[in-house]
Amino acid sequence: MGLEGIGARVVRKEDKRFITGAGRYVDDMVVPGMKHAAFVRSPHAHADIESIDVSAARAMPGVIGVLTGREIKADGIGNLICGWMIHSKDGTPMKMGAWSPMATDRVRFVGEAVAVVVAETKADARDAAEAVVVNYRERPAITDAVAALQDGAPQLHPEADNNLIYDWDIGDASAVEKAMASAAHVTTMHLVNNRLVPNAMEPRAALGHYDKAEDHYTCWTTSQNPHVARVVMSAFYNVAPENKLRVIAPDVGGGFGSKIFIYPEEIVCLWASKKTGVPVKWVADRTESFLTDAHGRDHVTEVKLAFDANNRMTAMKVETVANLGGYMSLFSSSVPTYLYATLLSGQYAIPAIHCNVKAVYTNTAPVDAYRGAGRPEATYVVERVVETAARELGVSPAELRRQNFITTFPHQTPVIMAYDAGDYAASLDAAMKAADHAGFPARKAEAASRGKLRGLGMSCYIEACGIAPSQAVGSLGAGVGLWESAEVRVNMAGTIEVLTGSHSHGQGHETTFAQLVSHRLGVPIDQVSIVHGDTDKVQMGMGTYGSRSGAVGMSAIVKALDKVEAKARKIAAHLLEADEADIVIENGELKVAGTDKALPWFQMALAAYAAHNLPAGMEPGLKEGAFYDPTNFTFPAGCYICEVEVDPETGTTEIVQFVAADDFGNIINPMIVEGQVHGGIAQGVGQALLEGCHYDPATGQLITASYMDYTMPRAGDLPSFVVSTTNTPCPGNPLGIKGCGEAGAIGSPPAVINAITDAIGNNDLTMPATPQKVWAAIRAATKH
Amino acid sequence: MYSVNYHRAASVEDAARLLAANDEAKLVSGGMTLIPAMKTRLAAPSDLIDLRHIAALKGISVSGSTVTIGAGTTHAEVAASQELAAACPAFVKLAGSIGDPHVRHLGTIGGSVANNDPAADYPAALLALGATVVTNKREVAAEDFFTGLFETALGEGEIVTAIRFTAPQAAGYQKFRNPASRYAMAGVFVARGSDGVKVAVTGAGDNGVFRSAEMEAALSSNFDAAALDGLTLPADGMMSDIHASADYRANLVVVMAKRAVAAANG
Repeated sequence: MGLEGIGARVVRKEDKRFITGAGRYVDDMVVPGMKHAAFVRSPHAHADIESIDVSAARAMPGVIGVLTGREIKADGIGNLICGWMIHSKDGTPMKMGAWSPMATDRVRFVGEAVAVVVAETKADARDAAEAVVVNYRERPAITDAVAALQDGAPQLHPEADNNLIYDWDIGDASAVEKAMASAAHVTTMHLVNNRLVPNAMEPRAALGHYDKAEDHYTCWTTSQNPHVARVVMSAFYNVAPENKLRVIAPDVGGGFGSKIFIYPEEIVCLWASKKTGVPVKWVADRTESFLTDAHGRDHVTEVKLAFDANNRMTAMKVETVANLGGYMSLFSSSVPTYLYATLLSGQYAIPAIHCNVKAVYTNTAPVDAYRGAGRPEATYVVERVVETAARELGVSPAELRRQNFITTFPHQTPVIMAYDAGDYAASLDAAMKAADHAGFPARKAEAASRGKLRGLGMSCYIEACGIAPSQAVGSLGAGVGLWESAEVRVNMAGTIEVLTGSHSHGQGHETTFAQLVSHRLGVPIDQVSIVHGDTDKVQMGMGTYGSRSGAVGMSAIVKALDKVEAKARKIAAHLLEADEADIVIENGELKVAGTDKALPWFQMALAAYAAHNLPAGMEPGLKEGAFYDPTNFTFPAGCYICEVEVDPETGTTEIVQFVAADDFGNIINPMIVEGQVHGGIAQGVGQALLEGCHYDPATGQLITASYMDYTMPRAGDLPSFVVSTTNTPCPGNPLGIKGCGEAGAIGSPPAVINAITDAIGNNDLTMPATPQKVWAAIRAATKH
Repeated sequence: MYSVNYHRAASVEDAARLLAANDEAKLVSGGMTLIPAMKTRLAAPSDLIDLRHIAALKGISVSGSTVTIGAGTTHAEVAASQELAAACPAFVKLAGSIGDPHVRHLGTIGGSVANNDPAADYPAALLALGATVVTNKREVAAEDFFTGLFETALGEGEIVTAIRFTAPQAAGYQKFRNPASRYAMAGVFVARGSDGVKVAVTGAGDNGVFRSAEMEAALSSNFDAAALDGLTLPADGMMSDIHASADYRANLVVVMAKRAVAAANG
């Protein structure tokens, strides 16, 4: 490892601009003549639109235009789509209800866009938006997915009887039934995975600019995948042909999945720019973010885990109802199916698994991928039921897990996934050692002497990253392939630009990707620039989500670097009059192995572009591109151990220790990886203890629509994490990388809940485990 | 925020005149509640009359056992007052626990008391200390001042100018914070003075701050946390919301009261 190469704790290049307030976000973008948009939004969860009167709004000061759904429809702009087809077990396709960028005849969640005002200032636009008169005829609303399936529940979309989008299953139902029937023990649980609001620090924003002279559109947007945004807006929403549409995602202040999707607002801003003749900017306020960003999770699950007489797992049966909200967001269908049920084997050898998932419409914001996307839900099911089984069987939770670990690889699970590498005992041992697991009884006794209830919980998670082999996901219904592209441009004086289809919105790509180049070519990282986030600069890309940018995005860079190196060697061999096979690249030089003959990197680059003396037939220049399509998912795994102290008088939980031992394969920058784990655990602890999205069941109003009622984790809620890594390199990609961006959020919630339920002696506790709930659970336990 | 006319009042009289001249005007003395409500368009005064630059409303004085705090004194100034810390440390600690540093440097005691947010901290202290609210027109006992949720005895054109109380022999304040907003979900101020023990509760009552006769009776004979052992309060009359049921609040009030007594005796 060099000072700046793979494995070095290099300080992030991008942080200087971020921490000095010099980042450039969508709201920082100014285009001459730019005006401001405000949306008229539904105050009702479910209502018919009887009429919209914009005349008073059009007469308001500063108003340039007031536009409605009828006009956007009349201009041929398409409905929003869900890009992953799921078929029900009876073979019928999922029931996708129409989602117009602005509602025309019915609204299905509070905050749904109904009209837009474009005005001179943001304040003018908001004043005029209030003057738009919409007559609604309210309908009964339904917010709970299980209730929405019942006969007589309010119906959202004519396409979906009983609000059922699909009734999907995976695995061998009869094998599971057989195993359950002959089991020595079956643990049964009812589990709720609470709905979360993403809360990126930067709210969503869009700036649409139609250039009449060029007949060309530019969209600045808070996107994790600008190329996907372009193709979707072009091919499905009919905004403009791809060659007439440039999408730029500049600095983006956090996404966590919520900025993968194409939302109504960016479509409307582009269309409205042409319609009104001015560039149109919209920036969400925090309330709009709460109401309209795609939410996460929201599952209700029944799980059964069967054991034989030797405590070996024999089968798992899972039935899940997934709330997808009022409309199907872009990748919503895949989250509770292929990103969820395929991970239900966890780290365990379970011969038979069957999972049924019913996805349901409700009068709530659309639900889609949120940090972990399906894998936190799966991990919560597996790790809660395994912990509970250990308690029921009267055995050590750690040893029950160890006894059932998968130990040989590759391992084919009964639910599609083929795990390629791992050592689950190694991470369990590392975490137990770091947590001083053996010393827990003494710590518990000491806490009791202070009147505190101390508990310990663990979670041995597995997840799937590096999404994904294009052919495989295509066969499962994905509308796109999930490769990545890269281009490496060596400049004439030897500096380097890497163009990548990955998008950095907090991950530190500008540093880690440069470290890879530095590692390979020996040039300092400040001579390497990472270019991303602009469809005019980077030819194509699939973007950043699912912890894929290391495993997939960097693998594409490796392939491009291979080509650059090959050509550089040819040039060096020619100039040094040596055999190409003898050229080695190190410390910024191309050397002839075993001699003192060397050519500095910049001289080779100069020679490539001067083209005065190149090998016969070689084209001038040095620029190579590559596409990388992964061969499998990657499988990060690890063990988290959480220790809590509960105050029985108030129900307050304090996390007194949190240990993480993760296997991410090879690591480019340990500092950045630790930061990802810290952030992920903070989000997981947020889900477990604090964050609960709450809709009023009668009215469908979002009660937790601000930070006055929605609890985000604060520094004071968290301990200093004890993190470490083990390493079984991923055999599936050239760098041996697995991915680390979501593990913390995936692995931590069950560890926290297992610890609290251990402390209070009552397993009946739902997330978020607020002081009120924990206090009530303690009272319920003492009453028994 | 809708557009609004801003006035920086030079004196209390100036403020009263501006208030009388504008029907839809609001006084602002820090604006830690009013400004967010205006930003979210939930409040739309035509005029804002800012009291924060009136010198006569500023400052803390302790004379013998009498404490007087100008209405325009910020929470941070109260929290940092050594004079006050010597007279009533619980009051200083309470001020230091309000909101965050931004709020403490902008929000004022007069603004908080006049607003009477049912989850605000100061009303509990004033009630338990038997404080007097001084206005530009009269003096009102705290007992009579706080009349309901965001409701006070303030009349038309009346402006809080100072808070006055007699330093207690012992006092303590403990609050359990709402996990999201960090306002008090149950805050209890206990004070033992020459006229006995008073216990006031904020954040929990469905009609705002209130005194607990049950806990006062128990503590009057024995000012010790143990005097509250086994005491339970009825859930009736407690607020209930997604963060805390009435039952849970009733429990928290007793727990916070015990801890406040322990702090007072500590």
